[in-house]
Amino acid sequence: MAEVDLSGVWNVRLHEDLPERIPGPDMVEYHGVPVNDANRARGLAWDPSILTLEEYQCRPHPSDYFTRFSPERIWKEIDSETQETKGIHIRKEWQAAERTIWMDGRERPPAYAVHSFQGFSLGKWEGDVLAVETTHLKQSYVRRNGLARSDIATTREHYIRHGDYMTIVAVIHDPAYLTESFIRSSDYALDNKRNIAPYPCDPVVEIVGQAKGYVPHYMPGKHPSEFEYADRYNLSHEAALGGAQTAYPEFMEKALAAKKR
Amino acid sequence: MSMNRNTVSKAKAAALAVAAILGAASIAVAAQPARQNRNAPAAPAQQAPNFDNVQIKVLPIRDNIYMLVGQGGNITLQVGEDGVLIVDTQFAPLSDKILTEIRKISKAPIRFILNTHGHGDHTGGNGNLSKAGASVAGGNMLGPIAVAAQGQGGAAPAGAVATILAHENVLTRMQQSIGGQPPSPDDTLPNVTYISEFKDMFFNGESIRLFHEPKAHTDGDTIVYFRRSDVLSVGDVYNTNNYPVIDKARDGSILGVLKALNHILELTIPKDRQEGGTLVIPGHGRLSDEADVAEYRDMVTIIHDRIKDMVGRGLTLEQVKAAKPTIDYDPRYGSGNGPGSTDRFIEIVYNDLKAAK
Repeated sequence: MAEVDLSGVWNVRLHEDLPERIPGPDMVEYHGVPVNDANRARGLAWDPSILTLEEYQCRPHPSDYFTRFSPERIWKEIDSETQETKGIHIRKEWQAAERTIWMDGRERPPAYAVHSFQGFSLGKWEGDVLAVETTHLKQSYVRRNGLARSDIATTREHYIRHGDYMTIVAVIHDPAYLTESFIRSSDYALDNKRNIAPYPCDPVVEIVGQAKGYVPHYMPGKHPSEFEYADRYNLSHEAALGGAQTAYPEFMEKALAAKKR
Repeated sequence: MSMNRNTVSKAKAAALAVAAILGAASIAVAAQPARQNRNAPAAPAQQAPNFDNVQIKVLPIRDNIYMLVGQGGNITLQVGEDGVLIVDTQFAPLSDKILTEIRKISKAPIRFILNTHGHGDHTGGNGNLSKAGASVAGGNMLGPIAVAAQGQGGAAPAGAVATILAHENVLTRMQQSIGGQPPSPDDTLPNVTYISEFKDMFFNGESIRLFHEPKAHTDGDTIVYFRRSDVLSVGDVYNTNNYPVIDKARDGSILGVLKALNHILELTIPKDRQEGGTLVIPGHGRLSDEADVAEYRDMVTIIHDRIKDMVGRGLTLEQVKAAKPTIDYDPRYGSGNGPGSTDRFIEIVYNDLKAAK
């Protein structure tokens, strides 16, 4: 076992995929994500106003998306008797999300146990790499424009430390909504002078008079800005609608087909 | 008292179980991982389900509340000094196994069985488990007498059964022959019913409120709210495996299901970051909280809205099906056969909305 100490405060480096990570993706910007038809339909039905519902206002990113955002503190939980690492805790600043990566090989909860946004994670060292397998995730998203990730998905993450830098690679397997595994990497820099601030959140009524049970969504074929993104950047509509093929270099010619028109 | 004394013969039990399944629009959906359930082939209609290999698994929920998972609807167990309270009872042939697990948790007498609705996968074990218990009645004497008799292996006095409590419509429907299926066995019928919007109880130091959810999965749905434990046991108005099963023969409706789901969301309070807090035991599937129910409510609402729009535009049922109004949720909730199938769900929603037009 080559256990590496990941403890400390890590500041996320946002230069990679910046437009998606800070302003957020455009509506119907699905390229690069191996969505199936069902997930594409979910994205096209997604109205951002759903985030005004009280059930949504304080949700954290799920663990498989959180690698992209927010500084985090990592600390180890040591078994006092054996002095072995029992678990690794991660606290994100945004929405104060906490997760534990259990290192003691404990049994996973049964399939009928409750799921959570951070899921249930077991970790082990593979050389210098911390490999983490997560199950029991709540339904959430792979992109912040309505592309879904189901609650039967599982993830595998690799935490790779290189000195004061760390790369986290997250691989999502979702038999419901992805035709291939979806892989993202994110970089962090050690920043122990940084504090992880509290992040209180209290749901409120954001839209007065909203009917009880109202769920914002777009009807099929009625998305108000379906190809606004594709047309603005002269991309083919096929590219904007995503799918596994749009993640590969050879698709570039098709993606830019609109320019040639 | 040995459970065997009150357990019907294996052959008869299997036959009753078949009847229960066929009579219930809600076919048993075992609480297994969702995809396993969804893709599992339907049991041949005439073949008795094999309960021999079913294991009853216990999930401690909170304080004195447990969830029991086997075959059929999830069971909720509340235990304490007053005795044992059970919400739903799965199938009769599983009663011995269920009772064995209950007795590992509590030796106290079973006092109450609450039914969330009348389908056989939730009520089949009513008779066996009620006979294994004893209600407190007759000036608080009958219960102790019954318990004493049972403890000595003697015959329980008449009336020495646990109370079976449900909405009045459950009793009515269980006594009817519906869809060519026989009425439910007498010993599974509720012996106490309520007809009001809600009914209150206090048991094991806890306030318990039963809410009637009209015309939802059936016309007799109850959701049970354990207020101190902050746990809801909601029966089949919510499940995590399939699209809602709406039993039209028992006057269920899509609007009733939506109303019930929104009611559950009113009752749930997340602990932090929109998760945890109030826990929800579904009729089938995994333990949930507000966020899970919200996702399910959203799905049902969105599909309802789409079909309503199509009905408003005059589309036929075949045209609605061809338009695939459930396409985005089929990988998660869809199935090709049975009462909870995608086609059946679309048909029921369509017909409900067309009738309301």
